[in-house]
Amino acid sequence: MTSALINVPAKAKRGDVIEIKTLMSHIMETGYRHTAAGEVVPRDIITSFACRFNGAEIFRADLFPAIAANPFITFFTTATESGKFEFEWVGDQGFSETASASITVE
Amino acid sequence: MRFSGAIAVALLIANAAFAAEIPQAERRSGYSFMKPDTRAMQDEDTANPGMLWVLDGEALWKRKLGAANKACADCHDDGRTSMKGVAARYPAFDHAAGRPVDLEQRINSCRSNHQQATPLPFESRELLALTAFVARQSQGAAIETGGDPQLAPFVAKGRELYTQRQGQLNLACANCHDDNWDKKLAGSAITQGHPTGYPLYRLEWQSLGSLQRRLRACMSGIRAQAYDYGAPELVELELYLMSRARGMAMEAPAVRP
Repeated sequence: MTSALINVPAKAKRGDVIEIKTLMSHIMETGYRHTAAGEVVPRDIITSFACRFNGAEIFRADLFPAIAANPFITFFTTATESGKFEFEWVGDQGFSETASASITVE
Repeated sequence: MRFSGAIAVALLIANAAFAAEIPQAERRSGYSFMKPDTRAMQDEDTANPGMLWVLDGEALWKRKLGAANKACADCHDDGRTSMKGVAARYPAFDHAAGRPVDLEQRINSCRSNHQQATPLPFESRELLALTAFVARQSQGAAIETGGDPQLAPFVAKGRELYTQRQGQLNLACANCHDDNWDKKLAGSAITQGHPTGYPLYRLEWQSLGSLQRRLRACMSGIRAQAYDYGAPELVELELYLMSRARGMAMEAPAVRP
């Protein structure tokens, strides 16, 4: 099943500021809700997101229960060289997803 | 909050002399009532969460299942070409049932008759995914629903339901969506109720949902007893709303607040 939507420009000029957009499929259950029977629905959220470029971490974010389902995270970076972005989402109940995208810098 | 809500409702009732239908030239998709942020979310495939369901649906399309061990693709080939414009014609008349069926019901009847698999529950992730995948292929196509003359009595029934007052608030769909669509209800735009983008991702739901889910939510909003999923009345309402939106462009999977 598809879990991530990634938007990274395929090409950029050296020194360009580029926008990176990511969307991860996740229910982001807060842990504050109860079932009709009164039982707590256990928390199930993504707790952290990280982006590495050619192995070096360039962006990291912590996520909390107030963040909506299917978190959409965007950020900017400067294109310095061609390479590969690696994205990683880690969360409750053993959740772990990765995705990657390549960019050519001229 | 509750007080202003009560005023809004009182205003609605005061204005409720039935106006005529919305003229063709003044019809507007729910999209045009949205803020630029939400529009941007719908416009870009990598920002539109509805695409998660579309891509799931594309995978399901190719999966063999049921006693017949057939995939959708075994009969319909590549859905990206064979399903072009199909959703723009639904709900459509089903000869076996002798009445209109919506896209979800059509997918489920295909499952039970041709794949010999169990039908998917309404609003299940799989059914929404397949519906979204099929509907996505009609993006930009003009809605054609209701052209079939056999549908005429059902469109009329749907219109009757649309204009019939119901619930504790004693409101008909038309009281808001024909007569007061240029106003607001508790800060939210009252739209014209054209179902151009279903199944769609509602930020309020944090999920994709069907037109039937939306109709049921409106019914609980006016404190009426909502029809069950798959009820003939809901399909007739869907049919009337789609034929009322004839000629407008399909947007599925849309995003709405």
